[in-house]
Amino acid sequence: MSVQRTFEEINEKIKSGRVVVMTAEEVLDLVEQKGITGAAAAVDVVTTGTFGPMCSSGVFLNFGHSKPRIKMNEVYLNGVPAYAGVAAVDAYLGATALPAADPANRNYPGEFTYGGGHVIEDLVAGKEIELEAFAYGTDCYPLKKIKTVFRLSEINEATLFNPRNAYQNYNVAVNLSDKTIYTYMGVLKPHLGNANYSSAGQLSPLFNDPLLKTIGIGTRIFLGGGIGYVAWHGTQHNPCVERAANGTPLYPAGTLAVIGDLKQMKPCWLRGLSFLGYGATLQVGLGIPIPILNEEIMEYCAVKDEDIFAPVVDYSHAYPNREGGNLGLVNYKQLRSGEISINGTRVPTAPLSSYSGAREIALTLKEWIISGKFLLARPAAPLPSIEAGISLKSLPQRGSE
Amino acid sequence: MIKQKLVLRFPPALVEQPVIYHLVKDYDLMVNILRADINPKKEGRLMLELSGSEANFRQALDWLQEQGLRVMNLKQQITWVEERCTHCGACSVICPSGALALTRPEMKVSFDASKCVICELCLRACPARAMETLLDEVK
Repeated sequence: MSVQRTFEEINEKIKSGRVVVMTAEEVLDLVEQKGITGAAAAVDVVTTGTFGPMCSSGVFLNFGHSKPRIKMNEVYLNGVPAYAGVAAVDAYLGATALPAADPANRNYPGEFTYGGGHVIEDLVAGKEIELEAFAYGTDCYPLKKIKTVFRLSEINEATLFNPRNAYQNYNVAVNLSDKTIYTYMGVLKPHLGNANYSSAGQLSPLFNDPLLKTIGIGTRIFLGGGIGYVAWHGTQHNPCVERAANGTPLYPAGTLAVIGDLKQMKPCWLRGLSFLGYGATLQVGLGIPIPILNEEIMEYCAVKDEDIFAPVVDYSHAYPNREGGNLGLVNYKQLRSGEISINGTRVPTAPLSSYSGAREIALTLKEWIISGKFLLARPAAPLPSIEAGISLKSLPQRGSE
Repeated sequence: MIKQKLVLRFPPALVEQPVIYHLVKDYDLMVNILRADINPKKEGRLMLELSGSEANFRQALDWLQEQGLRVMNLKQQITWVEERCTHCGACSVICPSGALALTRPEMKVSFDASKCVICELCLRACPARAMETLLDEVK
């Protein structure tokens, strides 16, 4: 290969202000004009982005110690429960947590107006958060309850740790039944009334490095408007699914666990969401720089929406009953056009992941790199990829052996 | 000629009055009902499009107000809180009138209030809850 670059060489160019960065969208025209080798020679880094609902997100908090001390056993933030089964004043607030008093789906379809994701958004926005905690009391931690308010800046740590983000591809959800259903893929109208999808396609991080040749543990990323890192592969990481010739998976595949300091993030990129009839979650802005180490990597970054496929899945029956199968594959160009064809029926499409948000993230990351404030981090270890032999496990229901 | 979309809010005592009949019969207006929430002895609301001569239209509005109805411009009933919108586009397949749509290639949500028929489906279908209504108090 004629083009070869190292992370170190790219970082030297960033420091000296000579680095050339393009977004995964912008680079498509360049590849069209100059070809893969020409584009690989011209561009050092391609930036990606995604801004979609990511339920497996949350934040570790350390509130600091009260006087007298308390070993928090139950923790509520604005009424939303956080997991307190860790040390005395540590807790983990998950994006989908709901207040005990939330009517949930008792009044179907439930509205889920305020949950963990909304608390995280309010925390990042610097709003005052009500903390209520209960304890059984010990000799060293005598206090049994506390009720106070705090702001993000007043506590020790707030570490966003999302066990599964940045899904590499996702189902296109439809409803074959004769009644409206309310899902994590949005409201699905009966008889193929709409098809909802959730990926930034050609801008999405893991579609631009489909075999995880540059992204690994320790990769520095855009997370929630601040800087974060890839911590591990995400839960349900499933890189061994069938792939197209360009390396992109035809089904949901790789995922990332990511981590970062919530205190330097922004509320516009961490947004509490309410999915009607489903629950609360968090919309996470995430962007990853892809170092163009050689032509092969540029070829991956040159992937276009029309070359990335996703399966159409019925969420009224097949999905909830885990029956497998799908209604065919469609590409992201079709999805983004606003209409797809399923078995000859024209079905309007809608995204759940903000494409314009993904574009803005990729552009922001590009600016950060060009301005010299964001250096690329060489991974400390690779993530499991296609050779890992992973197959996704399911949960059988059985008695003890 | 004038053509305008309005929301009529009825106090409970007036819900059983044949208001539409008078609009047609006495003021010669064409009435196209977009949506009605009328329940006995409760405050009701009627969303409609009125068309007819300007003079008749103005007189009819005066008459409605004399009867104790509140008349509001339909356009202002549903608002798009742009700073809450994440431009995901989930609303675009839920909105039946095309008032909420995704622009292409920008892939940004746009809201054309003049196309809105106040079905209110967007209010809860929007995950970011970026759509708001003034009509909540009626419920």
